[in-house]
Amino acid sequence: MSSRLKLALAALAAGTLLASLTAVAMPAAAPTSAVAAASNSTADHSKFKALQQPFKTGPEVTKACLGCHTEAAKQVQHTKHWTWEFTDPKTGKKLGKRNIINNFCTSPISNEKDCMACHAGYGWKDSSFDFSVEANVDCMVCHDTTGTYRKLPGDAGHPVYQRREFPPGSGKFVEAVDLRKVAQSIGKTSRSTCGSCHFFGAGANGTKHGDLDAALQNPDKYLDVHMDRKGLNFTCATCHQTSGHQVAGSRYEMAAAVTGPAHMRGKADAEPASCQSCHGDRPHPAQLAKLNDHARKVACQTCHIPEYARDAIGTELSWDWSQATKMGADGKPVAAKDSAGRRAFDSKKGAWVWDSYVVPEYRWFNGEFAYKTLGDKIDPSATVEINHPGGSPAAADSRIWPLKIHRGKQAYDTENNILIVAHTAGEDDTALWHNYDWQKAIGTGMKAAGLPYSGKYGFVSTEMSWPITHMVAPKGDALACHQCHSENGRLQGVAGVYLPGRDRPRMLDMIGWTIVALSLGGSMMHGILCVLFRRCKRSKQA
Amino acid sequence: MSTERIYIYKRFERFWHWSQALLISVMMVTGFEVHGTYTLFGFGHAVQYHTLAAWTLLTLWAFTIVWQFTTDEWRQYLPTLKKVDAMIRYYAIGIFHHAEHPFRKSAEQKHNPLQRLAYLAFLSVMSPIIWGSGLLYLFYADWGAFGLDRHLSLEWVAFGHTVGAFMILSFFFVHVYMTTTGHTWYAHIKSMITGWEEA
Repeated sequence: MSSRLKLALAALAAGTLLASLTAVAMPAAAPTSAVAAASNSTADHSKFKALQQPFKTGPEVTKACLGCHTEAAKQVQHTKHWTWEFTDPKTGKKLGKRNIINNFCTSPISNEKDCMACHAGYGWKDSSFDFSVEANVDCMVCHDTTGTYRKLPGDAGHPVYQRREFPPGSGKFVEAVDLRKVAQSIGKTSRSTCGSCHFFGAGANGTKHGDLDAALQNPDKYLDVHMDRKGLNFTCATCHQTSGHQVAGSRYEMAAAVTGPAHMRGKADAEPASCQSCHGDRPHPAQLAKLNDHARKVACQTCHIPEYARDAIGTELSWDWSQATKMGADGKPVAAKDSAGRRAFDSKKGAWVWDSYVVPEYRWFNGEFAYKTLGDKIDPSATVEINHPGGSPAAADSRIWPLKIHRGKQAYDTENNILIVAHTAGEDDTALWHNYDWQKAIGTGMKAAGLPYSGKYGFVSTEMSWPITHMVAPKGDALACHQCHSENGRLQGVAGVYLPGRDRPRMLDMIGWTIVALSLGGSMMHGILCVLFRRCKRSKQA
Repeated sequence: MSTERIYIYKRFERFWHWSQALLISVMMVTGFEVHGTYTLFGFGHAVQYHTLAAWTLLTLWAFTIVWQFTTDEWRQYLPTLKKVDAMIRYYAIGIFHHAEHPFRKSAEQKHNPLQRLAYLAFLSVMSPIIWGSGLLYLFYADWGAFGLDRHLSLEWVAFGHTVGAFMILSFFFVHVYMTTTGHTWYAHIKSMITGWEEA
């Protein structure tokens, strides 16, 4: 062997070693489990001719997807992810984001350009959006595996086509999405894709749900026993089993009291996204049978999610819109954060209260909320329940559920007594966040919503309930018996059930202890008299 | 000193008595914790110990009932009104001035007439109340299967159970006091331990 060849071989070996070391030291940037899941797919999308073109827009990618997945867009168009609407099968009432005025950002109407950053579609910028155009379905927002697909407020649901500063004036830049790369890396949904909207509801990480925030992208066992990245590593879809793009498990059609044994996978299943669908309704071992008995009255979540927002991100507990448009001392808009660095005030939006590790509030709940929707009359003299949890202690379909109750003050029409849709987002003259003028913002918003406006507005206290069902704690962190079975315990305010340790008839206690005291006192008195007389010993001689 | 001794309490009887005393004490302590009167073991443990003690006592009673009938000892609980007035007079007045106890224990008649009445009350009133309500409480989850949920509420079952508990607690205090009224304060207790009564 010539010395030159030896040298070449040695260099090759060294190079290989170096390359493998580098690979170990610098793992691929995307840590999501979806990448691994996609890798065992039978299709390598990067090899598909249709995906090897320089895509300029989202709809161009969708058209390429539909070339093979011919029914996908039609399926998506039948889901809430597309329509933002849900018709309550019992009442016929139209619900969903299009019809409900919540007490966070209130309503997407007239604010579509911003809000539709979380629509699974492209181009919903106002009421003229055509829901039948298949190319406007956004496949990538749910199926991206690269973690690079970004949709920003202002683009009506389109991804970032050009590098731009966001938030404006922040000095931070968002890169343009490489659509071809995203399209070629397409795969299953992941905690990251679902979370890109659901963790950020109401505009910021953790704001809305309380049991969903970005910590769930990569959670440990403490935060979620099922999603634990080193353990079961569930994705959202593990429980929210999807069929034909219909995602199971929704606040609008909840099963609050599932009974019976665990369900066989593959069988037609009305509610696969419940605890019971895997665990059954008597999940504890025989020696803990008493806990199983609780399942008739108590939702699993009540004990097994002892607190929500169990991380530093926290969640928003209240939003006071009546503080919006208040300016700083110099007359200019101001913003402030709380001691944990979470938003506390902004002249655009008002005042907030946030917290972490929040103890839920508990209510009887049968899975059905009675919603106030667009144009429904309210009673401004009392706190308005935007969604009232149905259910009662005696009903077989009701359980004691943990809720996050988000409280707020929001605008209403003081003459018509209806909640207001305000035009908040945008760069035009009537947008509240641009011009700080409620009258103009309300005028535009109510017109877009097709609602009457008297010209007079005020602020009313509202509350909105969110069932807590994620962030399931390891069993060691579940509630202990005494946390409910005690005075001033977790369930202090929950009526309609006799709770040993919390409830006892006061009159009986009074009479009972009196009799016990008389027995004990009488005996002692008798004994004292004996000792005093020193004659209590029975005389054997007598 | 007189050394006349009679053997009154047999071995099983003494074992039964003291096991029962321990179990009832455990149930009173844990029961009133479940009731919410105080915190000692923690609610969960209190329920666990209470339930365990209840099943243990039921088992003990099963053996005891057999024992009572096979030995004919059940007759000790037959009530009599004879000498009851004398007994009451003794504890109200006589005991303070060296009066003679109107009753003499024997292996055939272990209990004085007042005791017979008290134990009969325990068996026929307190026991059915506490066991009836206790078992219903224990099997609360199965009410539906027997159609009981339409007629019962946990609130009233717990009420009944608490009534029974107060009665037994009162009984307990008086009973323990009465054991100290022998010719020495420990005479009765000693005979329940050894079985021998010094007459």
